[in-house]
Amino acid sequence: MSHPLSYLDVAGAQAATVEPLLWATIAISVAVTAIIALLLAGGLWRRRAPAPAEGEALPTLERGVEGARWIWIGVGISLVPLFATLVWTVAVLAQVGPLPRNPRVTLDVTANQWWWDVRYDGPQPDQIFHTANEIHVPVGEPVLVRLHGGDVIHSFWVPRLSGKTDLIPGQTNQAWIEADRPGIYRGQCAEYCGAQHAHMAFEVVAEPRAAFDRWRARQLQTAPPPASEAQAAGFALFASRCGMCHSIRGTSARASAAPDLTHLMSRRTLAAGTLPNNPQSLTGWIENPQAIKPGALMPDQGLSAADLNSLRAYLETLR
Amino acid sequence: MAELATARPAELAVGPTGAKGAGWNGLAALVATEAALFAYLLFAYYYLGASAPSGWLLEPHPSLKLAGPNTIVLLLSSVAMWWGERGVKLNRRGDALVGTGLAFVLGALFAAVQLLEWKAKTYGPGASSYASLYFVTTGFHMAHVLVGLVILALLFLWTAIGYFSPVRRIAVTNGTYYWHFVDAVWLFVFTTYYVTPYLGFAR
Amino acid sequence: MSGARVKAAVRTPRIGAVTPALRERLEAIWETKPGLYGWFASVDHKSIGLRYIVTAFILLAIGGIEALVIRLQLAGPDLHLLTPEQYNQLFSTHGMTMIFLYASPILSGFSNYLWPLILGSRDMAFPRLNALSYWIYLSAALFMYAGFLVGAGPNDGWFNYVPYAERDFNPGMNQDFYALGMILLGISTTVGAANFVVTLLRNRAPGMSINRLPILAWGTMTASVANLVVVPAVSLAFFLLWLDRQYGTHFFDTGGGGQPLLWQHLFWMFGHPWVYAIVLPAMGMVSDGLPVFCRRPLVGYTPVALGTVATMVLGFGVWVHHMFATGLPGLGLAFFSGASILIAVPSALAVFAWLATIWFGRPVFTTAFLFFASMILLFVIGGVSGFMTASVPVDWQLTDTYFVVAHIHYVLIGINVFPVVGATYMWFPKFTGRMMDERLGRWNFWTMFVGFNLGFLPMHLSGLWGMPRRVYTYPAEMGLGAVNLVTTIGSFLFAIGVLLFIVNALKSLRSGAAAPANPWDAYGLEWLVSSPPPPYNFAVIPTIVSRYPLWEDRLGEAPERSNLDEGLILDEGKETLATTPLDAEPDRILEMPEDTLVPLFLAIATTILFVGLLLKLWPVVALGGLGAAACLVAWLWPSLHLSQREPARG
Repeated sequence: MSHPLSYLDVAGAQAATVEPLLWATIAISVAVTAIIALLLAGGLWRRRAPAPAEGEALPTLERGVEGARWIWIGVGISLVPLFATLVWTVAVLAQVGPLPRNPRVTLDVTANQWWWDVRYDGPQPDQIFHTANEIHVPVGEPVLVRLHGGDVIHSFWVPRLSGKTDLIPGQTNQAWIEADRPGIYRGQCAEYCGAQHAHMAFEVVAEPRAAFDRWRARQLQTAPPPASEAQAAGFALFASRCGMCHSIRGTSARASAAPDLTHLMSRRTLAAGTLPNNPQSLTGWIENPQAIKPGALMPDQGLSAADLNSLRAYLETLR
Repeated sequence: MAELATARPAELAVGPTGAKGAGWNGLAALVATEAALFAYLLFAYYYLGASAPSGWLLEPHPSLKLAGPNTIVLLLSSVAMWWGERGVKLNRRGDALVGTGLAFVLGALFAAVQLLEWKAKTYGPGASSYASLYFVTTGFHMAHVLVGLVILALLFLWTAIGYFSPVRRIAVTNGTYYWHFVDAVWLFVFTTYYVTPYLGFAR
Repeated sequence: MSGARVKAAVRTPRIGAVTPALRERLEAIWETKPGLYGWFASVDHKSIGLRYIVTAFILLAIGGIEALVIRLQLAGPDLHLLTPEQYNQLFSTHGMTMIFLYASPILSGFSNYLWPLILGSRDMAFPRLNALSYWIYLSAALFMYAGFLVGAGPNDGWFNYVPYAERDFNPGMNQDFYALGMILLGISTTVGAANFVVTLLRNRAPGMSINRLPILAWGTMTASVANLVVVPAVSLAFFLLWLDRQYGTHFFDTGGGGQPLLWQHLFWMFGHPWVYAIVLPAMGMVSDGLPVFCRRPLVGYTPVALGTVATMVLGFGVWVHHMFATGLPGLGLAFFSGASILIAVPSALAVFAWLATIWFGRPVFTTAFLFFASMILLFVIGGVSGFMTASVPVDWQLTDTYFVVAHIHYVLIGINVFPVVGATYMWFPKFTGRMMDERLGRWNFWTMFVGFNLGFLPMHLSGLWGMPRRVYTYPAEMGLGAVNLVTTIGSFLFAIGVLLFIVNALKSLRSGAAAPANPWDAYGLEWLVSSPPPPYNFAVIPTIVSRYPLWEDRLGEAPERSNLDEGLILDEGKETLATTPLDAEPDRILEMPEDTLVPLFLAIATTILFVGLLLKLWPVVALGGLGAAACLVAWLWPSLHLSQREPARG
């Protein structure tokens, strides 16, 4: 996709309802601009007075034709697309505004500087889990998204699926998304939130119900214990260095100041959509996050190469 | 041949007379902008109060023991200043000085009682958004009262040394209107903070 | 101080013709003494207007350079010309500079210079207040830029949302410089607005009734009335933010029951009327300038005048359209969406009036005309993109993307900058006595026009392709590199255009052709007096009977003619006429103040007070406060000789 954030080519029910209205307003705008441009150019071309010679006075006055009724004609004609848009707007608002009645999937998204915490709700505590920066949804079903502001105002926006809604501390906004077809849809924070606002993206992975259920079941599992010596060393490092912010379910690390890493390797990207999730990027990110996202709340670790390797060895078990 | 129109006014006053003059218009503009300021302060109260959970009102039944009489004091102060301005208009310097002086004393009393009331509160501005709004709103009002007291003192001084006459007294008129404005603002602030809780707002 | 002789309390003013002796007398009464004292103490609206214009253009250039650096950083994906912190301060300072330190002051400058001339008066209603508004504007600009220069410039955008602006997330002094600086600037805007309002109601020539006022007067008047009632909202918001940050109050922070949206409501209740305040006077310049170069009166004067007021009135009711994505209930969204769509109507009215004036006139293509005519197109482009964002569901995609950045630049550059440049070409001869170079003007116009459109038209596309606002970079995979590069190139071309404008102005100041009183054969009263005007503007106060005083002979519409050569003399001191608000009948004789340093001192004292607040040094605050109080008392001290004219009897 050449423009992953574009909303001119939509893939979601909400965006699809708005799309015709969007194109209509674009069409009206282009038409109005073209008409006015023609009127302006026409007037300038046809009515231009010949330039006075050096020292000559400007042409004398035109008297007569009042022309005021053209103002009312123009305003009258303008009222038509304005009212049409207003009526259509209210209709679309009525369609996309209401939240899904009995959504099968409900998310609680909390936005923090500069990552997304995603909590999948469930009927029982053992069916609830957290992940970060990557959202999976079943195709063709509306998903209720409850939006919580963690620190400052952010905005939840997946252009190809729906319009944006802000996450504001002190209140819970609600939105919904529904993907029409399978695919990976990029989202990005759309309200200035500080130094790394530019690097606060996320992905919505829409897949068929069965695949979604499989993904969800795997996400519910806790992390396996370290198997090799390198992994054990890595886990020890993690617990002492990273555990005060990050959580891995099934271990003693249960902080919530940073993304949940229980299934880190199941995600396509790192650092809120900033890096691809491969060994090189992972190591690079852990070693020097400030070089990639200056101002991010994750400090440079100053780890030796050997330590980085064992840490990576452990993290790679988190599938 | 078209005729030239030429304005030929009869006698015109030179400078401000009575209540008319550029200074009065300037005061009206000042009152408009300051009134808007208090409107926004009160908007903040109603906005936060309407969306706050119960318990937002730190005083569900605000005590009117000090604020009630104090409101009367301020109203009387406006009446006194009206009397003072009337004294200038009718060329009775005694009345003018008594009225202005009494307005000042009552205004100062209002300020003192307000200070007492602030001290008596069990919470400070940093306690909650309600507390912050209460203190900042009454604080802004207090600031306007203090400026008003300075104006009243100056008017007293200028009246005493004979600066004004029935026709030339626009400073007195302007100062009086400012003082009435401060009074009017207090009525809105008082109603918002002390009366609406009894009417059920934000409870 | 006036002479020992006590002036008459009332008098029938003498009517007479202009004579050299009269001019000499008035010159001696009104002139500002040359030298440093005169420069600092001047209360002449023409000097103050020029200062506003020069200062605002300097800030435009500074803001423009900030924009160019931003465009260099965004010219391609993942560039590292700037750190995120530097970028965030740059874009915020750029917005602050352009919207607060250029867009309104430039219009204040033109209006300040022109109003007494176009209204037929000798000065604004409050000359000392006028001087004060300029000095505080200058102080506020220096105050806010001081923050930028020490690395503590605003860094939360120009609209400064909380909680990011709160101390927890923004511990440095950036926000304190911005908040206090904005309150200081608000004082300047407010007193300036009061001056315009009272001047329009009181300081006009006899017969300059409300339906004969130039549209510039309607535009600035509307903006000023609006400013009086909306500037307190933003000043209050910044004050409450400063209290939250410094004194632990809880207006906006959720920890203590505050609400982030309270900031947005207060800010936008100010912010939306503000954006109309920074374009309506400029639209007035176009409405007054197009008739000159189309050689005919404006088509639809009354609808345009009333449309100006209607735009602002509607403008008070649309502020929530900046908050469509904040989770507001549907009914409110629908109402504000409707109001925001309908506000296009009075704007459309103005566009059709301008087009009709061109079609039913004989346009002469001077440089000024090119700017006035082209702004019609830019206005419409900005208007339609605004119309698109007025529809809530559409806005949910468009808001906070570069589509809105395109919109705001089309409306600000199209409806403020282009008219202002056109106005400069038109009125420069009046201000300076010299013509600007028309040939260089053509180059100026085309570079600005092509550069601007090359830069900002593609921004609609980057917005539709999803580029969010206020990002210091973007990944290569987003497909935004090419369109951003085009925008960067266009911006630089536009900047060259602006440079040509500045070059033309400076060059013409030195060696432009000498300008007669009325080089454009225009119709307004300002073209009656010399270029530049004498300090007293009019030797005799003219009597007006129509909207086009200098064209009456040729329009031949009314049985009467304005008397421009004979009128009230008013030379017994620094005097001008006050008239009634609607019909402009003579009402009283006003005595204008002499040049004085008190406004400058008051501005300095007020600034000292704010510096004290910034640094939390209470002795400094006290010093500033006492100084300000002393200046105010000195300023407002009544004149004893007023009452001596009509002493108390008995």
